[in-house]
Amino acid sequence: MLEIKNLHVKIADEDKTILHGLNLTVHDGEVAAIMGPNGSGKSTLSYVVAGKADYEVLDGEVLLNGVNVLEMEADERAAAGLFLAFQYPLEIPGVATMTFLKAAVNAQRKKRDEAELTTPQFIKRVNAAADGLSINRDMLKRAMNVGFSGGEKKRMEILQMALLEPSMCILDETDSGLDIDALRIVADGVNALRAKDRSFLVITHYQRLLEHIVPDTVHVMSGGRIVKTGGKELALELEANGYRDYVEAA
Amino acid sequence: MTAQVTPIRTETERALAERLRAAPALDSGARIAERREAAILAFERNGLPSRRVEAWKYTDLRALMKQAAEPAGVPGEAEHAAARRLPPALDIDGCVTIDIVNGTPQGTGRAIDGVTIRTLAEVAAQKDAVLEHLGAAFEERSDVASGLNLAFLRDGLVIEVAAGRKVETPLHLAFAAIGAQAFATFPRVLVVLGKGAALTLFESHRGSAGIAYQSNAVVEFVLAADAEVDHVRLDCGGDAALSLSTLAAKLGDRTRFESFNLICGPQVARHQIFTGGPGAYINLVLQGATLLRRQQHGDVTLHAIHAAPHGTSRELFKTIVDDEATGVFQGKIVVDAIAQKTDGRMHSAALMLADNAAMNNKPELEIFADDVQCAHGATVGELDQDLLFYAMSRGIARAQAEALLIESFVGEAAEFIANENAREAVMEHVRHWLWERAS
Repeated sequence: MLEIKNLHVKIADEDKTILHGLNLTVHDGEVAAIMGPNGSGKSTLSYVVAGKADYEVLDGEVLLNGVNVLEMEADERAAAGLFLAFQYPLEIPGVATMTFLKAAVNAQRKKRDEAELTTPQFIKRVNAAADGLSINRDMLKRAMNVGFSGGEKKRMEILQMALLEPSMCILDETDSGLDIDALRIVADGVNALRAKDRSFLVITHYQRLLEHIVPDTVHVMSGGRIVKTGGKELALELEANGYRDYVEAA
Repeated sequence: MTAQVTPIRTETERALAERLRAAPALDSGARIAERREAAILAFERNGLPSRRVEAWKYTDLRALMKQAAEPAGVPGEAEHAAARRLPPALDIDGCVTIDIVNGTPQGTGRAIDGVTIRTLAEVAAQKDAVLEHLGAAFEERSDVASGLNLAFLRDGLVIEVAAGRKVETPLHLAFAAIGAQAFATFPRVLVVLGKGAALTLFESHRGSAGIAYQSNAVVEFVLAADAEVDHVRLDCGGDAALSLSTLAAKLGDRTRFESFNLICGPQVARHQIFTGGPGAYINLVLQGATLLRRQQHGDVTLHAIHAAPHGTSRELFKTIVDDEATGVFQGKIVVDAIAQKTDGRMHSAALMLADNAAMNNKPELEIFADDVQCAHGATVGELDQDLLFYAMSRGIARAQAEALLIESFVGEAAEFIANENAREAVMEHVRHWLWERAS
C-alpha cells in the first residue's frame, strides 16, 4: 500500500515548486491511474517516490506499507518493494543486459537476506519471463537498452518488473512511443503481474492504455495535486472533455 | 653579446649523468654505439624534461624522478623467488611465458614453431644481422626515456617470427622488478615479423610493493608487409614505482597492429607509443585504460605517423581519475603529404570521480595531405547521475552501481581486445581496482 500525504516538492537547485500538497492512497491489489495535462507534475511524482536526487521535499510523507521512504536511497526503496518503469529507459553501454538484471535481482535478494540466485536458476527465470513478453533472447546478450527500439525498451522495463517482484509498481507513461501491438504485449505483461498483494500506479496522458490495463480508480492531477478521483469511467470523461475544467480548478 | 646559458642541474640529473658514463655499453655494433653516445650527449645537454618541454609538459620528469637509482644487476635466486611470490598480472592458459626479472630474461621459453627467441646479449655477441632493427622504429635522440633505456641497456629479448608464420600460441612476457631498495631497470624487447607473419604478444609488469624503483622499458616491433600483431600490455607495477614505457612500431605495407594498454598500479606511469613506417594500407588500433587513485600520475602519450597512403588508425583511451590523482593523454596523429586517403579517429575520454582529481587531455592532428578523413575528440566528465539513479532504482546500491558504470566505461575500450582471455584479464584488473576503491 502506498500513502502519499501532503507532499510538497521543489526542484533542488531552483525555486520552482512542482507538487503542492499532493494526497494519494493506492491500496494493496489496486490499480490506480493518474491522468493529467503536461506539466501537472506526474513524472515528478514518480521520480520523487522512487528517490531521484534532483528534487527537494519541502513537506509531507510517502509511506510504503507504512514506512516513510523519503529518507531512503533509491536502492533501499527498491528493496522495500518499489519499482518505477521509466518513461525513457536509459541505455547503459558496455553492460550486458543479463549482467545488469542479475546484479539488480541479487542486490535486492541480498538486502532482503535471501540467498542469491545461481546463474542457471537466474537464466531459467529470465528466459521464462522474456518469452512471456516476446523478448528475443539475443536482446539479453546485448548491452542494456543499447540500440533497442522504443517498444523493446518498454518491454525490458516490464521484464525487470516481473523479475524483481515489487509490491508497488509505478508505470510512468509506459504507453508513450508504443505501437498497438507493443502496447498490447506490455499491457498483457502488466496484467499478468496483477495480484492481491501488488499495487500499480499507472501514469498516462491517454485513456487508450487504460483500455488494456483497466484501473480500479482514476485520479486527475493538475497543478501539482490530485483534483479529482473517480472510477474507470472518469478516464472516458477526460477523453471526451479534455483537462480544461481541471486545469482551471487547480 | 651572446649570453652563455648554463643549465642548472638537479642532484638527480648530475647523479644520472655520472651513472650514464659509468654504465658498461652492450657491444652491439657501431651503429648502436653511435646512437647510444648521441643519447648520452643529449641527456648531458638537456637533462630530464620539465614542463617546459612540450612532450613532457604534463609529466614533469625532472620533478617526478626524485633520485638516480642504481641500475639493478643480474638477478639472483632471491630475486627470482620474490618474483615468483608476486601475484600474477596475467594468468592465461595456453601461453608461452617468459619471465624477465629486472630486465634479464629467464630463458627463452618453450619452443614455438617458426619463432626464434634469443637474448639481446646473445644476439649482440653474435653480431647478428637482426640488430639492424634495434631502435629502427623510432628516434631516441629526441626522447629521453628511450635514450636512457639504450644508454643503460644490458640485456633483453629478440623475437623473430618467420615470414608467413601465423603463430596461434600467445607469447607472454612477464616482467618483474624486484628489489629491497630503490633501483632502476631497463628492459628491452625487439620483435621482428617477417612478411605475412602474425603474433599475439602479452606484456605484464609487476614489481616490489613499497619500493621506489624505476622501470624504463622499450618494446619495439618491426613488421614486414602483411604482418599482424595483437599486443596487450598490463602495467600493474609496484605502488611506489616510476614506470616509463615506450612502445614503438615500424609498419610495412598492409600491416595490422593492435595494442591495448592498461595502467593500474605504479605511483607514476608514462606509456609512450610511437608508430610510423613506410607502409601503405596500414591498419592501426591503439586503445587503453588508465586507472588512477590517491596521488598517482598516469600519462599516455602517443605519436602516430601516417607516412604512406590509405592508412587507417583508431585510438580510444579511457582514463579514470579518483582522489587527488592526475591523468594525462597526449595524442598526435601526423599525416604526411603523401599519405592521401588516411582515415584517422582518435578519442580520449576521462571520468572524474573526485573534486581534486585532474585530467590533461591534448589530442592533436597534424595533416599535410589534402584528401584525408581525420577526427579527434576529448571528453572529461563525471558519472552520469541519471544512469546511476536508473541502476539504483533497480535495487543496486550506490557503490555497486558506480562500479558497474565505471566498468562499462572501461569496457568500451577493452571490448576490442581480440583474445578473449586477455580481455577478461583486463576487466578482472578493473573489477579488482573497483573492489579496492569500495573497500
